Amino acid sequence: MKIRNNIAVSETGFVFDPNSGDSFTLNETGKQILNMLSEGKTGSEIKHFFIENFEVEVTTFENNFSEFLMMLQGLNLVEE
Amino acid sequence: MTTKKRYERPIITKINAGVTDKFGMRPKMPIISKIEGVAITDIIAKYGSPAFVISEKTIRKTYNEAKRAFSTRYPNVQFAWSYKTNYLDAVCQIFHSEGAWAEVVSGFEYDKAIANGIPGNKILFNGPDKSKDDLIKAVENGAFIHLDHFDELYELLSIADTSKKRPKVAIRVNMDTGVYPLWDRFGFNYENGEAWNALNRIMLSEKMDLVGLHTHIGTYMMTPDPYAVAASKLAELAVRVDKKYNHKIKYIDMGGGFASKNTLKGAYLPGKDTCPSFDQYAEAITNALINSELDPNKMPTLFLETGRALIDDAGYLVGTVLANKRLSNGRRSMIVDVGVNMLFTSFWYEHEIYPVKEVSANAEDTTIYGPLCMNIDVIRDVIKFPLLQKDDNYVIKRIGAYNMTQWMQFITLRPNIVLIDINGNTHIIREKETNESLTSHERVPAYLK
Ligand SMILES: Cc1ncc(COP(=O)(O)O)c(C=O)c1O
Repeated sequence: MKIRNNIAVSETGFVFDPNSGDSFTLNETGKQILNMLSEGKTGSEIKHFFIENFEVEVTTFENNFSEFLMMLQGLNLVEE
Repeated sequence: MTTKKRYERPIITKINAGVTDKFGMRPKMPIISKIEGVAITDIIAKYGSPAFVISEKTIRKTYNEAKRAFSTRYPNVQFAWSYKTNYLDAVCQIFHSEGAWAEVVSGFEYDKAIANGIPGNKILFNGPDKSKDDLIKAVENGAFIHLDHFDELYELLSIADTSKKRPKVAIRVNMDTGVYPLWDRFGFNYENGEAWNALNRIMLSEKMDLVGLHTHIGTYMMTPDPYAVAASKLAELAVRVDKKYNHKIKYIDMGGGFASKNTLKGAYLPGKDTCPSFDQYAEAITNALINSELDPNKMPTLFLETGRALIDDAGYLVGTVLANKRLSNGRRSMIVDVGVNMLFTSFWYEHEIYPVKEVSANAEDTTIYGPLCMNIDVIRDVIKFPLLQKDDNYVIKRIGAYNMTQWMQFITLRPNIVLIDINGNTHIIREKETNESLTSHERVPAYLK
């Protein structure tokens, strides 16, 4: 899964979609994921990174992560 | 070993132009981690989740605020604790220890007040449902009987025929105070002359002592003005009785109905910014009485049966998040362990709910559901809420009124109720129910066993 290439993500977690004109905000973890996706990291790399670095259980993260990806898809910010 | 970062589930939120919570300016939701100095997580660890928590300090403080508001404006004021609002014995005893009498509306509540050590002559007996036995008992004990309808008046007259004691009575009066809907189903109407008629019958019977006039004009009254109208009308009735019979009414009872600081559903502004203070209600009521034609040397005692405004703030519900999920429309929903079975007032109020642990400034529009497998079980339709995870704790504020009496035993059992005393010690004042508490009242016919 990849971020569509004209989507802009700022340092502060601000996302702008020039296609729709919509903007979005991300929390810290959301920003982290979006940045890793735009660096081309895979799902399992992202998962490992979170398990290593954050206080979170594997299943909780997996659930939250797949839901977050669904949201990104719903908002048309990612492509296969 | 490196310490790991605090985790919060990832979210992305669309920014809508024109909303006040623009990025970077979003106010962080405050947290409540302690009640009267006691950590909520400790309460849950000790007494289970969910649990009701009542602050004795807040009860006493609120009571004294209300009392001061009235007694600095009027010579003789007496509060009577409205049992139906919260009739846990420990709660009633706190009010009684502050000097409140008891206001009851059924034989059950009457007996509870007596068991709490309140003598009959400090009980106001209201309501449309007083059985013959209740009335006999009330006459014997010298309680103040507030007549609701003519059938009750006649029944009491016949009791008076055989009783050694004279019943002490007031009538409940309903009236137009400019607030709609009119509460005209209780008591005798003022405008159509019914109340005056009832007073004449009582006086002419010569079998009872007419001591008071009572009204309860509604609940959660958002302005004090209707109280001024009501107090004037009761004063006018008292003056008429005095003129015609040379008989002084001893008390005027203004009932309850002061708004608590909760926010009504659909209200635009929060209740704590809009609801009148005790001082404003007191000003309206006492001015109306003082400016009436009542004899200034024999002003009747002013009774108040304030319920919700005295206890709402003292009550909390603490609990635990059971799950988060996303609804088909994309909205976040959170399932918590408190349902409408124990938070009946969520049908009326947008209850304030807070996390108990530090959270980030991120929040999402969230629907908060109770744990019941029923569509009606909604605690908040939509609230901008921080990203709590399963097993995190939360606290719901201002739930002291009506929930611990109007609750339903439905699907789950009622939890512990914990009192925090003025020294910060905790006490169970109602033990959590067990299956046995319920099944002990059931009977299975032998052939079904
Ligand atoms: C007769 C009477 N008095 C007092 C109250 C207490 O009212 P509140 O809780 O609105 O103050 C009620 C409540 O309905 C009532 O019916």
